[in-house]
Amino acid sequence: MSAISFKNLTKQYGSLTALQSINLDIEEGEFFGLLGPNGAGKTTLISILAGLCKPTSGFATLMGFDVQAQFREARRRLGIVPQELVFDPFFTVRETLEFQSGYFGIKHNADWIDEILENLGLTDKANKNMRALSGGMKRRVLVAQALVHRPPVIVLDEPTAGVDVELRQSLWQFISRLNQQGHTIVLTTHYLEEAEQLCHRIAMMKQGQIVALDTTKNLLARVSHDDQRKADLEDVFMQIMAGAHHE
Amino acid sequence: MSNHQELPNTLQKTSIPVLAQETSGFFALFYKEVKRFWRVSFQTVAAPVLTAILYMMIFGHVLEDHVKVYEQISYTAFLIPGLVMMSLLQNAFANTSSSLIQSKITGNLIFVLLAPLSHLEFFLAYVLAAMLRGVVVGLGVLMATIGFVDLQAYAILWIVLFALLSSAVLGALGLIAGIWAEKFDQLAAFQNFFIMPATMLSGVFYSIHTLPSIWQTISHFNPFFYMIDGFRYGFFGVSDVSPWMSLAIVATFFLIVASIAIRMLAKGYKLRH
Repeated sequence: MSAISFKNLTKQYGSLTALQSINLDIEEGEFFGLLGPNGAGKTTLISILAGLCKPTSGFATLMGFDVQAQFREARRRLGIVPQELVFDPFFTVRETLEFQSGYFGIKHNADWIDEILENLGLTDKANKNMRALSGGMKRRVLVAQALVHRPPVIVLDEPTAGVDVELRQSLWQFISRLNQQGHTIVLTTHYLEEAEQLCHRIAMMKQGQIVALDTTKNLLARVSHDDQRKADLEDVFMQIMAGAHHE
Repeated sequence: MSNHQELPNTLQKTSIPVLAQETSGFFALFYKEVKRFWRVSFQTVAAPVLTAILYMMIFGHVLEDHVKVYEQISYTAFLIPGLVMMSLLQNAFANTSSSLIQSKITGNLIFVLLAPLSHLEFFLAYVLAAMLRGVVVGLGVLMATIGFVDLQAYAILWIVLFALLSSAVLGALGLIAGIWAEKFDQLAAFQNFFIMPATMLSGVFYSIHTLPSIWQTISHFNPFFYMIDGFRYGFFGVSDVSPWMSLAIVATFFLIVASIAIRMLAKGYKLRH
């Protein structure tokens, strides 16, 4: 069973086609990268998976559950780290996590919340109001919120945008550990070196379509340099975006 | 960091068990909404109580000897249930509408939208929290003003019934306004040009029998009039129209408003694109 499956997924906003016949399967346990320039459709695809957005046609399933018709089952299995730095200014970090846990119907979750706080370096901030945190700390809380119901599938939508190097390293160590434990990870990022190092498989999107889908290794093998310099994902990305032949 | 050259061997990995759902997410959302207004209770509870006391002191003092609405009932005594209901209505509306618009504009509504909550759970959590704030403010106004006059409950059941039903109507109306509005000024327009006139012109300060006939007729089309008239009946046993008629109209109005709000939530209107 695929962790995530998109079948003939199309999304239109009036005359604008945000997604065009997307077919994609992401297997359980994968660390999957979703890359593309701004406006390629990555966030729309994630929004459909999260139920924040309805497809015009086609469907998406998460761990076998239709994200529209079986939204309860699907959402319980999905954790999303949104792109924007959003927070509720009325509450502390711990309250934020307790409420998020409660929305998923989980009452006795203090041990797991403590573990997440510790792993994300938030223990000493647990009783601070969200307004008092720095941008990097708020970003960590967003990650914690996505993990609070212990979802098997975690989607990170540009989680390291504007984040310092230290946090990036600790965040990726934690996320990699979750992946090793069996969590499926989907990552969108503009930092291509992160995707290259972390992702087993990558889809590249342009103008609402998947223009490349392969293992990171195979994608890197597509490009060679005359000077024998080893190609990196940025070279591959630039070449594929310039050609944009659809797979 | 992991090595990109290795594909995951999913068979070797442990399947992640999904945590058992122990209860409905409704309770957490309701509690969050209550905690939100209680955390700023100086603004959300104390301030409207003070405003109502000022209304009572000014209008009561100026009009006490000049206006007689019902026999045996002083103007200040007549005024107090109206002020209680007006405060209750405005605060029930403010709770849902301000919470939603703030969450939409700051973007944190996404945390609720990502959760496995149905549109009915969403509706009930927001509206019940609004009812609670309305009732708490109404009780505050009553407690603060009751010492000024001899005010006794004629039929407490009517008082409770109209307080709960009316706060539910305004909570649902606030939900509609909060979902519809995209900016704070749109919400302010809804509040200032619809909610405020409808509550102020509903008989808080007067009986509609003292109005010219054309305004009496117009007042009968204002559902807020029936909320206040039915509520006042619970205190004095007299009202401008039958409390049963008021109950039927307010209940019908609630069903209409609640249906619209639930429909908007079910469709994801302005929430899920």
